[in-house]
Amino acid sequence: MDVYGDIPANWRDLVLRKFSEAEDPQAGMSDFTLKGENVHLWRGERHVLHGVHFSVADGQCLQLTGPNGAGKTSLLRTVCGLSYPEEGHILWRGEDVRLDLPAFHAQLAYLGHEPPLKMELTARENLHYWVGVRRRLSSRELDGALERVGAQRWADRPVRTLSAGQKRRVALAGLTLMAVPLWLLDEPTTNLDAEGQRLVGRLIDEHLAAGGLAMAAVHHELIISSQGLRRLELRLE
Amino acid sequence: MNNVMAGEAERPLVSAGTSGTPSVFAVTSLMLARDLRLAFRKASQLVQPLAFFALITTLFPLAVTPELTQLRRIAPGVVWAAALLSSLLALEFLFRDDAQDGTLEQYALSGRSLTGLLAAKTAAHWLLTGLPLALMAPLAGVALGVQGAALPGILASVTVGTVTLSLIGAVGAALTLGVRRSGALLSLLTLPLSIPVLIFGARATQLAIQGQPYGAPLTLLAALAVFGITVSPLAAAAAVRINLE
Repeated sequence: MDVYGDIPANWRDLVLRKFSEAEDPQAGMSDFTLKGENVHLWRGERHVLHGVHFSVADGQCLQLTGPNGAGKTSLLRTVCGLSYPEEGHILWRGEDVRLDLPAFHAQLAYLGHEPPLKMELTARENLHYWVGVRRRLSSRELDGALERVGAQRWADRPVRTLSAGQKRRVALAGLTLMAVPLWLLDEPTTNLDAEGQRLVGRLIDEHLAAGGLAMAAVHHELIISSQGLRRLELRLE
Repeated sequence: MNNVMAGEAERPLVSAGTSGTPSVFAVTSLMLARDLRLAFRKASQLVQPLAFFALITTLFPLAVTPELTQLRRIAPGVVWAAALLSSLLALEFLFRDDAQDGTLEQYALSGRSLTGLLAAKTAAHWLLTGLPLALMAPLAGVALGVQGAALPGILASVTVGTVTLSLIGAVGAALTLGVRRSGALLSLLTLPLSIPVLIFGARATQLAIQGQPYGAPLTLLAALAVFGITVSPLAAAAAVRINLE
């Protein structure tokens, strides 16, 4: 009888990962593209983030888990520079992102709880204006992205007539169109059907394979086949 | 699986330097186009301040006196007070929708200058509310018994004045983004700041109606507008960032 039956097959990876999490923050600085060091965030009287450490290298996806209110969204907003941490640093390629926020922002795409879409505009118009602020878009690229998320059939309908899941798909199309290395995703699979959840996984997989990196706050495990999946559990304290 | 692969070939992971980044001019015109298109899709928001302006200015002849010489005397005050209040009415919509659906957040994270983006938004707001008001003001003047010769003066002063009103309003609207029912607070913030515009605007209109040169107050109005253009987008961007935090 196998007494080690309940030990996961990839225990070696898990153990190694544990060590790499705990390593000296100064060591291997260049290995990690995105790094958080001792991030503390207060929201009024609430101490939301208690000295969070994390690091993500190219081709990796950091999956943030934890109960509601554990600070997943707060961490993502802190990473992208919307919230100012009371203590600690976010490093991008070894430099504090605060030194040049616009340059850092040009490298990231953030997708919050709600898809940032205008109800009165069609899906195609929304993407044109949303992504167009950041980079020039050809209509061929737009069509390609809409097709990728399975949105081509309703791309020219006003977004107000779309279901929540369809809106989410349009937002995902925008994400791929941004063409940036860092994705920060807050509950990317919300409102999506099983096929849609696999789509999110595929998009992240492709992004990682192309050398990108991602941080995603999730309640349900992402369906990712990439080896680059790592986890960070935030706890309520 | 075919779906997934489509469009993959030409998608660079990192936008290729400056060649892929649209110019400031392109971004500004994109923002203007977006806001104008949105406004025409929900035209009721657009018409509301104008209808309000028309209503106020037509109520005065009914309420005060139909006598033209008297109406002509109060016309500058009526036109300007009405313009001020109706521009206030339109302000609430300036950033509110964009804040609610996360668009402002995306602007703040776009890597482009938030100041520039908000300046473009304010410009669109003026085109949609200030300019129509300025075009309606001479009509209101006619209803109040103003002679034709004075109408260019009214048009000029309201045009320049509403620019400043939109800019002051942008700061107020950005500051009150986090407030649930922001209407009252917004007027409390912006009306005191708008008083110089009211004074110089009404003075220019009054001089125009009396057939005297109105260059001096108009120049002061223009100076206020220039000051607003310089300072307001910076202040609005700072206020938006605070509200997003």
